[in-house]
Amino acid sequence: MLSVEVSDIRKRYGDTVALDGVSFNVGKGELFGIIGPDGAGKTTLFRIIATLILADEGTATVEGFDVVKDYKELRKRIGYMPGRFSLYQDLTVEENLSFFASVFGTTIKENYYLIENIYKMLEPFRKRRAGKLSGGMKQKLALCCALIHKPDILYLDEPTTGVDPVSRKEFWEMLKKLQQDGITIIVSTPYMDEAVLCDRIALIKEGRFMTIDTPENIRAGFADELWAVRSDRMHELLYAVRSFRGVDNCYAFGETVHFTTFGDGSFSPDALKDRLRAVGHGDIRLERTRATIEDCYMSLARE
Amino acid sequence: MRQFGAFIRKEFFHILRDRRTMLIVLVMPVVLIILFGFALSTEVRNVNVAILAPEPDDMTRRIVERIDASEYFTVVRWLDTPTEIHETLRAGEAQLVVAFGQHFSGNLFSPDGSQMQLVVDASDANMARSYISYAGGIIADFSREMAAGTGTSAQEGISSSVQFLYNPQMKSAYHFVPGIMGLIMMLICAMMTSISIVREKEMGTMEVLLVSPVRPIYIVVSKMVPYFVISCINLITILLLSVFVLGVPVAGSLLSLCLVSLLYIVTNLSLGLLISTMANMQVIALMISGLVLMVPTMILSGMIFPIESIPRVLQFVSYILPPTWYIAAVRKLMIQGLPWIFAWKETVILLAMTIVLIATSLKQLKHRLE
Repeated sequence: MLSVEVSDIRKRYGDTVALDGVSFNVGKGELFGIIGPDGAGKTTLFRIIATLILADEGTATVEGFDVVKDYKELRKRIGYMPGRFSLYQDLTVEENLSFFASVFGTTIKENYYLIENIYKMLEPFRKRRAGKLSGGMKQKLALCCALIHKPDILYLDEPTTGVDPVSRKEFWEMLKKLQQDGITIIVSTPYMDEAVLCDRIALIKEGRFMTIDTPENIRAGFADELWAVRSDRMHELLYAVRSFRGVDNCYAFGETVHFTTFGDGSFSPDALKDRLRAVGHGDIRLERTRATIEDCYMSLARE
Repeated sequence: MRQFGAFIRKEFFHILRDRRTMLIVLVMPVVLIILFGFALSTEVRNVNVAILAPEPDDMTRRIVERIDASEYFTVVRWLDTPTEIHETLRAGEAQLVVAFGQHFSGNLFSPDGSQMQLVVDASDANMARSYISYAGGIIADFSREMAAGTGTSAQEGISSSVQFLYNPQMKSAYHFVPGIMGLIMMLICAMMTSISIVREKEMGTMEVLLVSPVRPIYIVVSKMVPYFVISCINLITILLLSVFVLGVPVAGSLLSLCLVSLLYIVTNLSLGLLISTMANMQVIALMISGLVLMVPTMILSGMIFPIESIPRVLQFVSYILPPTWYIAAVRKLMIQGLPWIFAWKETVILLAMTIVLIATSLKQLKHRLE
């Protein structure tokens, strides 16, 4: 059974194309990730399936309701957490929550079981104004507010941006738990490392989905030979490797440099090490590595 | 209904927790009333007068005494030569000089009559005109009494008698209280409501509210309720201040004054609603209400300057400003004490404006982001 069906959605703002023919399906109870950098069109897509803006072309149904015609019915069933913190900074944690409960015609008590785990962490700050919370706490409160009416489907637009690593981990654990409660979740993130936590992901670039699959399949589909290299002179390393024979795509990857090679056997690891030593690099570590989602993104984005 | 209640509660929290807004909203009317009441007064009171009498005698002394005795003028100096007139005015020692002609008393009963000159510092033209008419009035009174007392017909001529109805003391408070009422209500209702709606758009909370079953009309109407309450408080404050501090009584029926005021409040709330549908940023909303509403209201609504003395083209602007009609209605109902029926035109125009504003903004109100 499908929760979301999107077919060939297009949206442009003046001359800029925000979405350029996006199609995808999300199954009921699935945790679906939309992965891509800022400006790729993630927020526009969320707003369209959240009934907030109209697409220029294409259709979308969510939980069996058309996002244009049946927006009123649909709005009862959506939980939406926009990218920016969108709660009332001058209201307390408790006031925010009970306001959003009333807006959806419910009470905190009625669906408390759904947010219990998350709200317990907020409980000590019940009387604190939302504007005075830390980034992680704000996100938890926003999630509670989006969940309080027991939505069938939850949209989270970059929920972990600007949140510390510990809170990010906690947040994803919460999402996993919500999934077990049968809620379909669509989440977007610019962090590639969070992609593996989703059931399926779509990699988005400039308004197009480059691929949609499980994270594992996407990684397995990485065809090239991938190497990771590091040395004590990281800054020059990128340029040194990039100009080496047989190196195809070369980019910084966290604290290392990742590169792919042409499949013609022209690349020799020993020759690269010698060359790096010759230009003054020390402490060189070169090894084959498995493609992460980020490597896949880089490779797909080049095509 | 419970949703609506939650919205209104939330709005009150916003206002009550924002000290600065609270201060502006509740203290501004008081400050404006007091400012206009005492600092920007156009009343004539205790104006310094200098006298030039080449041949002081009983007659001139009686006139001078008459001038000095009035509450409008205080005689501060007697001058000896005409050259001193300019010096005194320039030094600011006096704003008005009363100069008697040669042989003043002697010529009084001659066919040509006697001469008298009023020299006024007209750097403030409006005030200068008032001084002249006040001093002229005193002198005219005196000469009329003289003529009657001596039984001569020498100073007959045409004498006009001016009577100031409804505001016999020419108190400026009578003039500006209706104006301030019109201005304040507009600022509070139109500006505050529009800013508060636009703030939700700017903060991103509108996005969350729209993705909820709440109808957008409830969102905006709930914004109006607190400002409606605040405006009513302001109305009471202004009326109390004007009656007890400025001494401007409510001459007509309090009920009809309040009803017209409530109508005007609703007009402005719908104006604020319309602004909020057009603006996406608080700055824009502030600019629209500040530049497009406040400035024209102060200049063109008849609050300070009479509409009749405004150029024709601008008069047209006056007529589409709601405060113009409200101020006119308040003048009739509060100052002149006329029954409501005399303000029917203003009421109907305000009502029509309200209906047009509400209809337009409802049409503009979107249930989506763009």
